[in-house]
Amino acid sequence: MKNLLAGAAIALMGLTGTAYADGHANYPERPVMLMVSYGAGGATDFQARIVTMTAGNEDALGMPIAIINKPGAGGRVGWNWMATQAESDGYTLGAYNVPHFIAQSIKGGVEYSADSFEPIANWGADPAVFVVAADSEMNSMTDVVDFAKANPGKLTFSGAGLFVGHHIAALQLEKAAGVKMAYIPSNKGGAGAMKSVIAGEVMGGVNNLSDAFRAAAAGNVKILGVFDLERNDFLPDVPTLKEQGFDIDNASVNFRGVMVPKGTPQGIIEKLVATVPAMFENGRVAGKMKAGGSPMHIMTRDEVLEMWAAREETLKELLAGL
Amino acid sequence: MKTFAKLFSLISVKRQHGCAMGGKRLEFLLYFGDVFTPVNFGLLLIGTIGGLILGATPGLSPTMAVALLIPFTFKLEAAQGLILLGAAYTSTVAGGAVSAILLKIPGAPANIATTLDGHTMAQKGEGAKALQLSFVSSAIGGVFGVMLLIFLTPVLAKWALAFGPSHLFWLAILGVTIIGSLDSSSVIKGLLSGCIGLWLATIGFDDIMGAQRFIFHPAVSGGINVIPALIGLFAIPQVITMFAKGRNDTTAEVITVKKQPVMDSIREVIKRRRALGIGTAIGSVIGLIPGVGGQIAGLVAYDQSKKFSPEREKFGTGHSEGVIAAEAANNAMVGPSLVPLLTLSIPGSPTAAVLLGGLLIHGIFPGSDLFDNHPDVAWTFINSMLIGQILMCIFGLYVAGLAASVARVPHSVMAAIVLGLALFGSYSVQNSMGDVYVMASLGIGMYFLERFGFSAAPLVLGLILGPIAEANFVQGSMIANATSGLGPYFLTGTLNLTLIAVVLASIAYSVWMELRQARYTTKDDAVHKEEAL
Repeated sequence: MKNLLAGAAIALMGLTGTAYADGHANYPERPVMLMVSYGAGGATDFQARIVTMTAGNEDALGMPIAIINKPGAGGRVGWNWMATQAESDGYTLGAYNVPHFIAQSIKGGVEYSADSFEPIANWGADPAVFVVAADSEMNSMTDVVDFAKANPGKLTFSGAGLFVGHHIAALQLEKAAGVKMAYIPSNKGGAGAMKSVIAGEVMGGVNNLSDAFRAAAAGNVKILGVFDLERNDFLPDVPTLKEQGFDIDNASVNFRGVMVPKGTPQGIIEKLVATVPAMFENGRVAGKMKAGGSPMHIMTRDEVLEMWAAREETLKELLAGL
Repeated sequence: MKTFAKLFSLISVKRQHGCAMGGKRLEFLLYFGDVFTPVNFGLLLIGTIGGLILGATPGLSPTMAVALLIPFTFKLEAAQGLILLGAAYTSTVAGGAVSAILLKIPGAPANIATTLDGHTMAQKGEGAKALQLSFVSSAIGGVFGVMLLIFLTPVLAKWALAFGPSHLFWLAILGVTIIGSLDSSSVIKGLLSGCIGLWLATIGFDDIMGAQRFIFHPAVSGGINVIPALIGLFAIPQVITMFAKGRNDTTAEVITVKKQPVMDSIREVIKRRRALGIGTAIGSVIGLIPGVGGQIAGLVAYDQSKKFSPEREKFGTGHSEGVIAAEAANNAMVGPSLVPLLTLSIPGSPTAAVLLGGLLIHGIFPGSDLFDNHPDVAWTFINSMLIGQILMCIFGLYVAGLAASVARVPHSVMAAIVLGLALFGSYSVQNSMGDVYVMASLGIGMYFLERFGFSAAPLVLGLILGPIAEANFVQGSMIANATSGLGPYFLTGTLNLTLIAVVLASIAYSVWMELRQARYTTKDDAVHKEEAL
C-alpha cells in the first residue's frame, strides 16, 4: 500500500513537473472557470456567456469556459474573492468592470486594486446614458440641468449603485453643470434603476446604453444624452453630453473584459493574450452581441493596461471630494 | 398527438388570413398547435421532467436550473429555447415540493411553507398523499396564474409598477407581522427566531451604501446566501437527530405508507377550496410585485389560510390545507411574475432576469416588440407554460408513488443521504466552500435552538425580509428627503394607507388570538387546579 502511494506521488510529481518544464504548452488541460461578480441574468453575466461560448473550439482555448457567479455589494464580493482566494493557476479567470472596481478600490474598504489583477483582453464598452420616462416634460440635458438649477437637490435620478459607472456619470454631470441633484442608488442593478424611472418613482436616471436602447424601443423611456466621447452606433440620433455643452469624457463608460489574478504564470498569460481577443472576434459571437443590443469593443492587454491607468487617475481626482 | 397537431394546424391556417378569434386576448389559441410539433413537444417533455428532477435537488433553485439550461438554447430557435426554459421554470418550482415534503429540505424559498405541514404528513405515512395534493394544487394555481398572464397583462403591468420603495417597505413589514404566527408553539419564540433571521440578514456588505457589517470571516463578506441557509437550517438538525436515533435504536421505526388513490387527492383539493382559493389569489397578487414575489408568496398564503380556517389549530400537524395553500401559491406566482418582463422588459425576479438573457440571445426584445413582431415566440412560450403545468402534474403524480420507497430507507442511511445532498447543494450555489461552512454552522446552531422549541421557518422569513425592508427604506428615504419629506412619502397615498391598514389588522389579529388563547389556558389551568384540590 505504502509503495503504491509513493509510486502515485512520484507519478503525480512527474506530471506536474513536465507541465511546468514545457512552459504550459498544454494549457488548458481542463475546463476553465470565469468568475462574474454580478448575478445570473445581468448584463455582464449575459455578455460573458456569449463571448465565451466558442472557447471550446480548437482555434480558441480548446476547452470550454464555465461561468461562475459571485454577486454581492456591487461586485465587491466577487473581486475580493478574486484578489484573495482565487488560485492563480490560469484556470480561474475573472470578468472586470471598469470603472466599478477601480472606483471601489479608491474609495477603500476592499482588498483589491488595479494592481491585484492582470488584464487579458476587453470585449465590450457600454456607455452610460441619461433617461427619463416617456411622458416626462424634459426633452434635453439642458431641460434637466435647468430644473436642477431651479430646484437644487430636488431632482431625483436613479442608477445601479454607488461607485459604479452610473454613479461616476452622475458625479461628472453634477460637476460639469455645477448643480446639486439627488442620486438614488438601486440595490437591484441597472434593471431596478430602470424600473424606478419607468414607474415614475424618480424623475430620471443614468443607465446602461444597452438596456436603455431596449426600453426606448419599447416606448417606455426617452434617452437624452450619451456619456461618451462620440455618438453610439446603436443610437445615432442621441447627442453626447459634450455636444450639449457639458465637459464630460468617457470615464463612466462601462468597459467589460477578462482578467486573471496577479501571480498567474507568464506563460499562461501569454497564451491567453494570444487567443482570447481572437475568440471575441468570432462571427457568431459578434452576431449574438449585436442582436442583444450589446456594443462590442475589443482591446488588447496593452490597451487595457493603459486604459486602467488612465481611469485610475481621472477617478482619483473625481472621487477626491467624497 | 397527430390529430391534435392536425386540429391546430387548421387554426393556424386561419391566423395567416388575419382572422382573429375574438380579438387579441384569444390570440394565444392560434398558436396552440405550435406546442405540439414533435420537436417542441419533445422539448417541453425534457424541460418538465428535467425541471422536476432539478427542482427536487436541494440547492438547485429555479433560477439556477434555468441558468443551467441557457447554453442549450443557443443552438435552438427562439420559440424552442423558450419552451425549454418555460417548462423548466414551471416544474422546478413544483419539484421543490418533493424534497420539502420527503426530506424537509425546501428546494427554494418558495417551498418553505410546504415543509410545515407536508413533512409532518410524510412522517405520519401520508407522504404520497402530501405529494399528490401538492402537485394537483400546483397545477390548478399555476394554470390560473398563466391565464392571468394571458388575459390581464396590460392591467397587471400597471399594478406591478405601482409598487414603489415605500410600498415594498410596508409589504416587507406585513411579512414581519406574520413571523410570530408561523411558529405554532409560541408567538414569543417565533418572534425571537425572526429577529435572529433579521440580524443574520445584515451580515456582509450592505447592498446600497457598501458598508461592511459583522464580517468576521471572508466566507460571509457577501452576506448569508438564502439557499445554503435554508438547507442548513432545515436539513442539518434532522441529520443530527437521525444519527442520534440510529445509534440508540437499531430497530428503525418503520413508517407504513398509506396508499392514496389519485382521485381521492383531487377530491380533497376540491373540498379544501378555501385554502386553494386563498393560495392561488395570494400567489398571483404577490408574484406580480417585482423583487418580492416568489420568495414570500408561499409563506403569506400559508399564514392567511391558517387565519381564515376554522381548523387553524390543525396547521403544522400535517394538515392538508397547509400543503394546498402553499403549493397553489408558489405556482400561481409563476405566470404573473413574468408580466413586468414580457410587457416592460423589466425582470421582476432573478429567474425572469435569466429568461431575459434567453430572449436577448435570439435578438428578441421583450415589450411591445415581442408581442407585435414575434407573436409566435411569445404565445408559444406562454402556451408551453400552460401545458407544462399539466404535464408537470402528471409526472408529479407518478413521482408521488415513489414516496413509499423513500420512507422505507432506514434512519442511518437517510441521514447520510440528506447530509450528502446538503453539502452538494450548498456548495453548488456558487462553487464556494464558504457557503458550506455557513450552511453547517447555521444548521448546528439551529439544532440547539430547536431543542429549546424554536423553529426554522420564522428565522428564514426574517433572513428574506430583512434586506427587502432595509433597502426599500433607505431608497425611499433618499427619495423622500429630496422631495416631499419622510412622513408624506411613507404615510400618504392609497396604496401606502391600505398596506398600513393590513399591517395593523394583522398585528391586532395576532394579539387577539394570543389573548384568547391565554384566557383558555388559564381557565384550563384553573379547572386542573380545582380537580387537583
